[in-house]
Amino acid sequence: MKLARITAALAVAVATGAAALPAAAEITVPSLVYRTGPYAPNGIPWANAFQDYFNLLNERDGGINGVKVKVVECETAYNTTQGVECYESTKAEGLVFHPRSTGITYQLIPKATTDHKVIHSMMYGRTSAANGKVFPNVFNFPANYWDAASIMLKHAGDMEGGMDGLKGKTIALVYHNSAYGKEPIRTLEKLSEKHGFALELLPVDHPGQEQKATWLKVRQMRPDFVFMWGWGVMNQVAIQEAASVRFPMDRFIGTWWSGSENDVLPAGAAANGYKSITVHAPGASFKVHEDILSLLYDNGKGAGERDRVGEVVYNRGMLEAMYTAEAYRTAMEMHKTDNPTGDQLRDGFEALNLDQARLAAIGMEGFTVPVQVSCENHGGPGLGAIQQWNADSKTWTLITDFVGADREIIDPLIAEDSAAYASENNVEERACN
Amino acid sequence: MFYRETGDFKTSYSADTQTFPIKLDRYRFWAIAIFAGILVPLWIASVPRQSAEFFVNPILLPFLIFSLAAIGLNILTGYCGQVSLGTGGFMAVGAYACYKLTTAFPDLNLVLVIFASGAITAGVGVLFGLPSLRIKGFYLAVATLAAQFFLTWMFSKFGWFYNNSATGQITMPPREVFGIAITGPDAAPWATYFFCFFFVFVMGWAARNLVRGRVGRSWMAIRDMDIAAEIIGVNPLKTKLSAFAVSSFLVGIAGALYFGVWYGSAEPTEAFGITLSFQILFMIIIGGLGSMTGSFLGAGFMVLLPILLKKLMVDMGGMEVAVAKHIEIVVVGALIILFLILEPHGLARLWQLAKEKLRLWPFPY
Repeated sequence: MKLARITAALAVAVATGAAALPAAAEITVPSLVYRTGPYAPNGIPWANAFQDYFNLLNERDGGINGVKVKVVECETAYNTTQGVECYESTKAEGLVFHPRSTGITYQLIPKATTDHKVIHSMMYGRTSAANGKVFPNVFNFPANYWDAASIMLKHAGDMEGGMDGLKGKTIALVYHNSAYGKEPIRTLEKLSEKHGFALELLPVDHPGQEQKATWLKVRQMRPDFVFMWGWGVMNQVAIQEAASVRFPMDRFIGTWWSGSENDVLPAGAAANGYKSITVHAPGASFKVHEDILSLLYDNGKGAGERDRVGEVVYNRGMLEAMYTAEAYRTAMEMHKTDNPTGDQLRDGFEALNLDQARLAAIGMEGFTVPVQVSCENHGGPGLGAIQQWNADSKTWTLITDFVGADREIIDPLIAEDSAAYASENNVEERACN
Repeated sequence: MFYRETGDFKTSYSADTQTFPIKLDRYRFWAIAIFAGILVPLWIASVPRQSAEFFVNPILLPFLIFSLAAIGLNILTGYCGQVSLGTGGFMAVGAYACYKLTTAFPDLNLVLVIFASGAITAGVGVLFGLPSLRIKGFYLAVATLAAQFFLTWMFSKFGWFYNNSATGQITMPPREVFGIAITGPDAAPWATYFFCFFFVFVMGWAARNLVRGRVGRSWMAIRDMDIAAEIIGVNPLKTKLSAFAVSSFLVGIAGALYFGVWYGSAEPTEAFGITLSFQILFMIIIGGLGSMTGSFLGAGFMVLLPILLKKLMVDMGGMEVAVAKHIEIVVVGALIILFLILEPHGLARLWQLAKEKLRLWPFPY
C-alpha cells in the first residue's frame, strides 16, 4: 500500500515537473551548469556569474525593461546525455540555451531550429554557426575559434617582427582530443600554407591529466610557439609540464578557454608570462563589478565567493548573461512585448547592436568590444586581444589591442563548412535581406 | 494463486516448450508488448510535442537502447560467461557503421542500415573474441578493454570514419522510413520511440529464443565449466565466437540507434567512452546476469533513477542543483552496493522471488 502511494507520488512528481508553466510577467532563463564533475572548477564561477548578472539586473533595474528574470539551473556535469535531458526538461519555460560544452551544443543545434529556441554558444560550439543563413537559431558571437587561431598567430607574427617572420618556424598545437580541440586545426593548416610555418599536432586525451609524452615531444622538437586548445584540468597540467620542460612561457599561447586563474595558479611562479587570447578585459575594476559587489555581495545575495568576482571565467559568464539580457531587451523593444516568443528572441539576437554608448550605459565601458549581429553574421566582429599572466601580482593584463582575424582565410572556411552541413542535413539557406 | 501451472493444460509439445509456459506470464508479456508497442506510441502522438519529447528523449529512448545493449552484453557475460569491458567500443562500431553506410548510400532503407551495422559489429566482435579462446576472466576483461580503447582511438584518428569533418564529430543526416522521419530534428517523438521499440522487440524475441535453444545451452555450458562442456561435445571455438557475434550484433544495433536516433551526433571519446562500457556492465549486474528481464530492469534502474532523484530533489524539493547532483551520485552508488550485498543476483532475482511468493499468495511463507 505504502509502496503504491509512493509510486503514485513519484508519477505525479514527474508529470508536474514536465508540465510546469512559466509564471506571468517573468522571464525564465535556463542555465545549463556544471558544478560537479571534472570541469567543475570552471563551471562554478561561470554559473555564478550568470546568476549574479541577472540578479543584478533584477536588483538594480528591476529586470529587463521592468520584467524580472528567473534563472533556472540544470546540472549537466559537462555530460552530453545529461545536457540533452536538461534541455528537454527546461525547454518548456526557456527560450535561450547556453550549452557551455561543445558536445552538448552539437546535440542541440538541429533541435533548436525545430523547437524555435535560441542557442548562444558564445565562443565555442560549431564555428560555422557564424553563418546565420544556414544556422538561423544558433549564435556564437562575439568571436569563434577560427578567429582565435588567426589572432593568436598574428600575435606570434608580431613577436617575430611581422607575419613574414613566421616562415620556416614551427608551431605546435596541444589540443583536447575532442570536437572542441580539433576545431582550430583546419584554420591553422590553411594559415600554415599561407605563412609558411610548420604545424605540429599534439592531441591530449580527456581529461588531460597525463601529458608527459606530449611535452617530451615538445622538448624534442623545440617548436617556436605552442598553441593550446585545452579545458579544465588539462590546462593546468599543460602549463606545469611546459614549465618543467622549460618552454618559454611567453611563446606559449592558449585559447580563451585556456587562460583563467584556475589554469595558471597551480604552476605558481613558473607560469609567469603565459599568454592567452580573450575577448574581454580581466579584473574587477569596471562599473558593473562595483554594482555586483555593492548590490549583491554586500547584501549577502552573491551566488559565489566575493574574491572570485572578476576572475576570467567569471567575467566571461557575466558577458554571456549580458548578451542574453541585451538580446531580450532588443526583442522586447522590436516586438513591443514583455514576453517574447522564441522567434522574437531570435530576432532580438539578430538585431543586437551593442555600441560603446550602450556598453557604457550598462557599466561595461572598456570591458569588451562593441558587437553587432545580423541575419547573415551570427559570429559577431571576431575581435580578440592577448592577455598575459603575471605570477607575482597574480593578475592578467591585456598586452595587445583588440584585433581582427584574417578574414580572407576564415570566411571561405565558414562558408565551406556551413555548406557541407546544409547539404548533409537538407537545410535550405534562408534569404537575409 | 498467481503464476500457477494448475489448470493450464498442455496438449502438444510445442505448447509445453513455449517461452512462457504459465498462462499469467504469457498474458503479462502480451499486455506489456501491446502497452509498449501500441498504447505508448499512441499516447506520445497525442500529447503536445514538447512534453512528449521530455518523456521520449531523456527517458524512453535511452531505456530502450540501453535495454538492447544490456541484452547484448548479457548474452556474452551473463549467458556465456565472457566478461567484456568493450561494450562502448562495440557500440561505437555500430554507430560508425551506421554513419558510413547511410552517408555512402543515402537511399538505403534505415532498417537495413541498422541491421547491417549490427552485422559489421558482429564481425568486429568475433575478431576481438578470438583471444577469448586462450584467455579467461580478468585477462579477457583486459583484452576487451583494449578493444574499447583501440576502437575509440581508431574512430577519432582516421578521417575516413568521420568523412573528414572539421571536428571529428559524426552527425546523422535526416532519414525516413516509409515516408516517416526517424532521424534528424524533424523526427516525431512517437516515430523515434516506435522505431527503437521495433528493434528491441524483434531482437529481444530472437535473443530470448536463442538462449532457450541449443545455442544458448551450449553458451551456458561453457559459462558453467568450459572443460566439462568441451568433454561432452560443446565446441568452445564455435560457442564462444557465436556468443561474441550475437552479443556484438545486438550491441551494434544499440550503438546505431544510440547515435542515429537518440543522439543525432556523436564523437567517439565522449559518447562511446569507457564510462559507457561500465554503465552497461552495471546494468546487467544490477538487473541480473543471465536474465532477459534483468536486462530491462537494470537499464530501467540506471536510466530512470537519476532522473527521478533529480525531479524529486530539484523540481519538488527546490534543492540546489549541485547539491542534488552530489546526493544523486551518493544515492545511486549506495544503492548499487546495497543491491550487490542484499541481492547479488540482481533485480531479476527479486522479481523471481516475488513471483514465487505470488504463487503461494494469499499465504506466502
